[in-house]
Amino acid sequence: MMLAPDLPGFADPVADAQATFRAVLDAMARPGTIHAVAPGLDAPAPLDPATAALLLTLVDPDTPLWVEPALAPARDWIAFHCGALLVAVPEAASFLLATVLPPLDTLRRGSDEAPEEGASVILQLSALGEGTRFRLDGPGLAAPASFAAAGLGAGFVAAWHANRAGFPRGVDLLLGCDTRIAALPRSVAVDQI
Amino acid sequence: MNGYNFAYLDEQTKRMIRRAILKAIAIPGHQVPFASREMPLPYGWGTGGIQVTASILGSHDVLKVIDQGADDTTNAVSIRRFFARTAGVRTTTRTEDATVIQTRHRIPETTLTARQILVYQVPQPEPLYRLEPSRAEGRRMHGLAEYGAMHVKLYEDIARYGQVAISYDYPVMVNHRYLTSPSPIPAFDNPKLHRMPALQLFGAGREKRIYAIPPYTDVRSLDFEDHPFRPHRAQAACALCGARGSYLDEVIIDDRGGRMFVCSDTDYCAGRRAAGHVGTEGAAA
Repeated sequence: MMLAPDLPGFADPVADAQATFRAVLDAMARPGTIHAVAPGLDAPAPLDPATAALLLTLVDPDTPLWVEPALAPARDWIAFHCGALLVAVPEAASFLLATVLPPLDTLRRGSDEAPEEGASVILQLSALGEGTRFRLDGPGLAAPASFAAAGLGAGFVAAWHANRAGFPRGVDLLLGCDTRIAALPRSVAVDQI
Repeated sequence: MNGYNFAYLDEQTKRMIRRAILKAIAIPGHQVPFASREMPLPYGWGTGGIQVTASILGSHDVLKVIDQGADDTTNAVSIRRFFARTAGVRTTTRTEDATVIQTRHRIPETTLTARQILVYQVPQPEPLYRLEPSRAEGRRMHGLAEYGAMHVKLYEDIARYGQVAISYDYPVMVNHRYLTSPSPIPAFDNPKLHRMPALQLFGAGREKRIYAIPPYTDVRSLDFEDHPFRPHRAQAACALCGARGSYLDEVIIDDRGGRMFVCSDTDYCAGRRAAGHVGTEGAAA
């Protein structure tokens, strides 16, 4: 039996989801730029307000969601507020919630005819704006930009190269840390500085 | 407005459209299917653009709506009123003041900035439609980036007419990958698509497709080395404001063949007149 969780979702579901979406929209359109979201959202442990806000904004009964086992304490909150279908294997998910990036080649990457079916990973990072530095280039960027994050993992650049090699198929990343978000769409090129 | 959610659409519909928009941005120029809703306007009146606008609009936005460049035509007025009523947002006719601009078949003359979003109403999102009527086959051609048929069409135009005979909805390659319809904007506007600082979103309601061009993305109008793309413009100056660089509408003014050319972008024309520019038929503002 699922119990109603103690913590509420957005205080104003319509306006807060819209504000969060506009931040995600800008983050996705301008890869690597960092945006503030979710002021005042009381996120369930171990989720940060940013990742919780991303879930409330984008995930619902239409989107099979895989939740990393380490984040299992938040499952009831997610099930209650998003109504998401929680799936057991990453391959079955259109959204994934994780603190450690799953191997990208195991996730849904869409097909050449329907690349939009590639998965979106909501990744909770330990730092955004500091940490390992990367160089980004691609659509959305007027010139190559630098981007820093901690928690993407050691083999990230190589994994991202492989992800991008299959373009238009691929996986998109939504990054959250504390109350800030950024995004790496599959179209962006990432190199370590 | 009582009885309706903010900006008309329910939240689950907005989430579905928002997810489609994000995938569209991640795959520039690719048409993402979405579950287009029935709107209180008929198909062909901008239902795709309206659904995209409704999904991105917030209470702080300032909305501008244009129809063929004009703020005061039926389609623009009714869509602007629709969002003023259902979302209570501020509306404007000034391009500089708008945060979201919904457009039917024009790009404003005023250069757009990074804090603006341009939403296009798209009747036919599939650029291969006239060459390949099967949607399944069209999708396969996009999947394989097999666009030879469109190059043959352009070649045949040149062989037959001496030039590419497409004056609007001129096909473009987005980010060197997807052949994309810019919607029926005049070919004159095509160069503005290239590396535009503003995000460009395209909604086709009847055809149930959303696609996007992220900011600063390469957009190339299809052409040949020996027949480079040339945007067309009437060889005249605006009769009201004297502009020689804007896109012009030809207006019939009597039944004896009289006509005049005026800026299609009414806000741009009014701004120029307010700044003191006067054309041959214009009175000082």
